[in-house]
Amino acid sequence: MTSTSPSPRQGLPIRRILVISLATLVNLVLSIWMAQWSVDWLPVAASTAAPYVDGLFSLEVGIGCFIFVGCVGFILWSVLFSRADKYDESDGLPIEGNTRLEIAWTVIPFVVVMALAFYSIHVNEQLASLGPKTKYDLAVDQQPDAVAAADNLKDIGPIRVISRQWSWEFVYPDGVRSSELHLPVSQRANFQLSSEDVLHSFYVPAFRLKQDIIPGSVISYSITPTREGTYRLRDAMFSGAYFSSNQTHVIVESGEAYDQWLKKAASQPLVSGLSQATELYQQRLAKGDRGWATVPPAAPPMVNDPGHPDVLHDA
Amino acid sequence: MTINYDPRVLKAPHPVPGAPDNWKRFFSFNTDAKVIGIQYIGLSLFFLLVGGLLAMVMRGELITPASDLVDPTVYNGLYTMHGTVMLFLFLFPVLNGFNNLLIPTMIGAPDMAFPKLNAAAFWLVPVFAIVLMGSFFVPGGPASAGWWSYPPVSIQNPLGHFINGQFLWILAVALSGVSSIMGAINFVTTILRMRAPGMTLFRMPVFIWTAWAAQTLQLIGLPALTGGAIMLLFDLSFGTSFFQPEGGGDPVLYQHFFWFYSHPAVYVMVLPVFGIFSELITVYSRKPLFGYRFVALASFVITFLGLIVWVHHMFYSGTPQWMRNLFMVTTMLIAVPTGVKVFAWLGTLWGGKIRLTTPMLFVLGGLVNFIFGGITGVMLGTAPIDIHVGNTYFVVAHFHYIIFNTIGFGIFAGIYHWFPKFTGRMFYEGLGKVHFALTFIGATLNWLPLHWAGLMGMPRRVASYDPEFALWNVIASIGAFMLGVASIPFILNMVSSWARGAKAPPNPWRAIGLEWLLPSPPPAENFEDDIPTVISEPYGYGLGRPLVEDEDYYVRRAQEA
Repeated sequence: MTSTSPSPRQGLPIRRILVISLATLVNLVLSIWMAQWSVDWLPVAASTAAPYVDGLFSLEVGIGCFIFVGCVGFILWSVLFSRADKYDESDGLPIEGNTRLEIAWTVIPFVVVMALAFYSIHVNEQLASLGPKTKYDLAVDQQPDAVAAADNLKDIGPIRVISRQWSWEFVYPDGVRSSELHLPVSQRANFQLSSEDVLHSFYVPAFRLKQDIIPGSVISYSITPTREGTYRLRDAMFSGAYFSSNQTHVIVESGEAYDQWLKKAASQPLVSGLSQATELYQQRLAKGDRGWATVPPAAPPMVNDPGHPDVLHDA
Repeated sequence: MTINYDPRVLKAPHPVPGAPDNWKRFFSFNTDAKVIGIQYIGLSLFFLLVGGLLAMVMRGELITPASDLVDPTVYNGLYTMHGTVMLFLFLFPVLNGFNNLLIPTMIGAPDMAFPKLNAAAFWLVPVFAIVLMGSFFVPGGPASAGWWSYPPVSIQNPLGHFINGQFLWILAVALSGVSSIMGAINFVTTILRMRAPGMTLFRMPVFIWTAWAAQTLQLIGLPALTGGAIMLLFDLSFGTSFFQPEGGGDPVLYQHFFWFYSHPAVYVMVLPVFGIFSELITVYSRKPLFGYRFVALASFVITFLGLIVWVHHMFYSGTPQWMRNLFMVTTMLIAVPTGVKVFAWLGTLWGGKIRLTTPMLFVLGGLVNFIFGGITGVMLGTAPIDIHVGNTYFVVAHFHYIIFNTIGFGIFAGIYHWFPKFTGRMFYEGLGKVHFALTFIGATLNWLPLHWAGLMGMPRRVASYDPEFALWNVIASIGAFMLGVASIPFILNMVSSWARGAKAPPNPWRAIGLEWLLPSPPPAENFEDDIPTVISEPYGYGLGRPLVEDEDYYVRRAQEA
């Protein structure tokens, strides 16, 4: 392609139209393929919310891929075919703009992003109906149950999720306490998230669920797991020295298994629960307390079931 | 042959033609914007190295899943200081360096509107740099709650000392804010009041438009951050409870103060880089900027929208649904003015006479990275996706694509492009290309794989992680070390070119712009009393029209100087 001679041609520039159509087609096929592939980049989908998030992600990967490949293809094309020769000191085509084109590349992106935004609002509403999130202010020394209204559509719960520096504690309606979160599959579980010190975040990647936990408030949240398995719960809001150790398992099991576990746990005496931070802090003290300052970890929670942290997780 | 110069000439605070250079001026309280510009850029590049070394220790820790290189508390301090150094001691100062060099010369002003204020704004930078670096040596170590410093974790103050890392951090950030406001007042005033005759708003180069739009954001946003920082300081040191839940405060309130400034801060940094892209793509394609007015105006659309998107950082902070929906719409809208700029650059490339010089390579690499980072930005702006990938390595990857792979690339492009103008020396093209290749490959290896780690659910700011993320992290660490290596050809090039590079002509790139009508390096007062009258829009490549009245006279004068 030579771009130096803009000789006025008669009729339609058939060759150019063909090349552009072919390139667009290839890009389109590639983008659709990327959009389909992109779902595999996410952890297994284990909640009713996950397919909505994945669908939206896949859609945006497709659109994004189309734009990226289109633009980068254009840049490469220009760099390959519009290069100046070594001693060519002339200027390029003195085009100062094209109002119609400029309006088009303002209006079309506007329409695309607004369509995306309103579709996302729609998805947001869907997600809210699957698991509403409501934040209630908590006065000093007030119990979460006193202020948080439970989700009317819940099957189980409210399960109290207590986050600390750096451990998790789960309290079930019948008073059972555990270090790992057990949930029955296909039942809508309601949580009351609270923190005893700093910000934490309740993040289960397989559920596509992240909710910050704010000291001084309680957040009511619901989710329905759809797949049995062992998943990671990760603190996703930086919470201090042993932030990265503040993780535990979420065990999604059948309704019967869950009931059995609950019954068995209720008969077990309270023991010291999972707190990897406490172990790490003890090791640090044993080595002479080197490193920069940190608050000491909160005492491990006293739980009926400290869980099995060494079990491998699915996602 | 030795010539005996008058000692006053040898100590002159600016270059004197023929006389040896008085390098000491760069270490003094000098009011010449061109000296201050180089002071800013030199100091900030030093801190790029410091921030980069901190990052390499972090990547060394993260090359294995376990926390085995440094104590987690040390890791937290390192990542906090890495972010703080890069933002407040590299990015803001380096861009203020560009503002100082380019604003007066591009608009034909002799200097800044308030030269002493300008020098004072610069000298605050080493002051708060010392405060910030000093925090490494106080008991308990530096601030370690991230550059967000979200309470309550940031105000826990484990040792209970009055002078602690977090205290010094807040002090440094507040001083940085003061310095930035002093700079912003100066830049905006200079742009509005000191343009050459005939330089109407729509004859200003796009860099000036973007600098103006960015500095306007500084003036609007910084008071919110400073206010938030002062309240945080009171909570930390004087027992108030603006953000402490025990005393009835609200930790989420801080997040509003913080992001009301700190999201626009990204636009403060990226807008001037859009300006650099616009200047360079036109020169190295030898074409007028496609849709100049649209591109210029889009800067202020970004300024306006940039002020009303901050809640997208708080989609999962217990934010009500209506607020999430509203801020999702405004966030996505930003894609429109940004898209206008990207498409205009593509249109400028079309049918050009492209030259792949070092600065142009950095521009094109930066542009490709920016398109990628912009797309992941829209994904993060989509609340349901953000609920999953927010606060994971996906975010880290996204913002490094913007802040290093776009802004950093733009800065390197600008440094190379204007190096001959302000040092009077040419750089070595070959070393520049090696620098580009290492930087592009290193940056891609470093941040592209981390998107997948984030999608799989690896939280950011962790010192250890589950083994399934190891592969992505090993590749990222190799990329990070490669970026460290990339600094060697850059430093070598800059130092040796400045010391013994070929003398630069006034306009080595055959560029159109007032700064290229000046000798290299320009004299103390730029055009002095002989300021040209601008008669046309910038970027008249191929149009055969002069930029100023009597252009030949200025070209000749610059060559003879």
